[in-house]
Amino acid sequence: MTIALALEQLLNGIQLGVMLFLMAAGLTLIFGVMGLINLAHGSLYMVGAFACAAVAAWTGSFWIGLVASLVAAAAAGAIVELAVIRRLYDRDHLDQVLATFALILMFSEGTRWLFGSFPLYLDIPPLLQGAVALPGGTEYPVYRLAIIAAGALVAFGLYMLISRTRLGMRIRAGESDREMIGALGVDIRTLYTVVFALGAALAGFAGAMVGAIQSVQVGMGEPVLILAFVVIVIGGIGSIKGALLGALLVGVTDTMGRFLLPKLMVLFVPPAQAGAIGGAVASMLIYIVMAIILAVKPRGLFPPAHA
Amino acid sequence: MILTRENLINLILAAALLAIPLIANAAGQPFYITLATRVAILALAATGLNLALGVGGLVSFGHAAFFGIGGYVAGILASHSFSGEPVLFGLSGTNQMWIIWLVAMALAGVVGLAIGAISLRTSGVYFIMITLAFAQMVYYFAVSWPAYGGEDGLSILVRNQFPGVMTMVPMNFFLICYVILLVGIALFAVIRASRFGAALQAARQNEVRVATVGIQPYRIRLTGFVLSAMITGLAGALFADLNRFVSPSMLSWHMSGELIVLIILGGTGRLFGPLAGAALYVAFEYALGGITERWQFFLGLILLLVVLFARGGLVGLLAGKAKHG
Repeated sequence: MTIALALEQLLNGIQLGVMLFLMAAGLTLIFGVMGLINLAHGSLYMVGAFACAAVAAWTGSFWIGLVASLVAAAAAGAIVELAVIRRLYDRDHLDQVLATFALILMFSEGTRWLFGSFPLYLDIPPLLQGAVALPGGTEYPVYRLAIIAAGALVAFGLYMLISRTRLGMRIRAGESDREMIGALGVDIRTLYTVVFALGAALAGFAGAMVGAIQSVQVGMGEPVLILAFVVIVIGGIGSIKGALLGALLVGVTDTMGRFLLPKLMVLFVPPAQAGAIGGAVASMLIYIVMAIILAVKPRGLFPPAHA
Repeated sequence: MILTRENLINLILAAALLAIPLIANAAGQPFYITLATRVAILALAATGLNLALGVGGLVSFGHAAFFGIGGYVAGILASHSFSGEPVLFGLSGTNQMWIIWLVAMALAGVVGLAIGAISLRTSGVYFIMITLAFAQMVYYFAVSWPAYGGEDGLSILVRNQFPGVMTMVPMNFFLICYVILLVGIALFAVIRASRFGAALQAARQNEVRVATVGIQPYRIRLTGFVLSAMITGLAGALFADLNRFVSPSMLSWHMSGELIVLIILGGTGRLFGPLAGAALYVAFEYALGGITERWQFFLGLILLLVVLFARGGLVGLLAGKAKHG
């Protein structure tokens, strides 16, 4: 094991973490403002990836595809909010889970209907192809570094949006007292739609970015959705800061666990079994971390103060 | 038993589930027997979940873990019985159903105790997501553990044995499942009507009051959760024997979602809600699957409409609102 390899895995972990943050930020924002648990968030991620892949294939430009992914995911989010989600704010979490579970079935099957069962492929744009040398002699793809940069930029933008703009002020107000801001004359229904579309756009953006390094297929959003749930549970549901730290923690733990545990197991068991045991434990590692964190802090690392 | 409208509907449901395979058997249509067996097993699994979700108000999104654990117990014990190799510590496998059932319930109960002990420290959305996460943990373990087929799953070559019954005959296996379902539903009714059941319902309705009269809600809920896991685990063992196959898909979060769907379709907390829901679900799956390849889309649409507009489920629709006890 070399330091360079470990550095490469660490970067992969951060890249996964950044993508998870884009998903988790939307989920946690929607929960924080509207009190809604949205299982269909993974479907919006998928919508973004498919929109990007389809438009990129049609126009030949990844960048137009990326814009299309934002537009498509935000539009899908707004439509779903207006048609379905809006009726669920006053319901209990069980109804929300079921209705959004139903939406997943419809999104997945609908996408399969439109695009067929075969995965689509999305090429990395020429600007971001190639690799850079890491200290230690290995090379790292530029595109993955670009994902990290884009994610960091979005995180910063989101922070500015929420802390410095009028919309952000309303979002924060909605989190602390939704009846009061309604009484103060803010159109709360429109605000909800905007927040939902914003969360959807973040998910769609993440889907499009990841689409270029994985295949774009139906069901791609579900593993990410569940990891994003783990992230927001660890971070404290409703907390953007918790989502960011939780996402990096989950991303790095998962990647490094898969990398290190099989090597670590060699010290204790015969090499033939070490890979299998190490791999099996590594695949459960983030859930074990989550269980430990929750055993100590049942409301996550950064529980919102008012909840 | 007072003959209320709900009880009458329950009787009709139970009779219909028995009548359909009998008729199918007489008509030489074994496919419908398999379908009815599927209904009975899914109803049993959902009855288990109904104890946690309907009675205790614990929205577990991870019951597939227990369902799958039951399934894997059946698969693993049967494969060891076939190969003759010991499972653990020199204990051999078995192809005797009743031993498999006991092991499945015990293991599901132990895992349920571990998952419940941590998850029940939280509530609301946290509980939903944590149970989901733990089920995923079990799922990924099954996928990445190569000894029992990993992602490909594990076949059961010959259906496990029950003393004095030819289990390979579809009708016989259906009757086994049917009897177990009725026992499971009866057990559910007994538990719900007991002092423990009253405490579990009270913990759902008003946690603070339960605590003030000196009952710890945490312990009551944990007990309910473990019992619920055991029933669902038993159903999982039967499901593996029905398909003679077990794979990680039994552990997937779609399965957890489906189990909740069964309860909601039938009517939350209702005695026969899971059976009504399972019958409806399998009927949808079969009927829609016959009409269109895209049946999942329409299933989603129907489910969405039920959640938005018909919250009492099928039993609620037919029998009117539940009386609160």
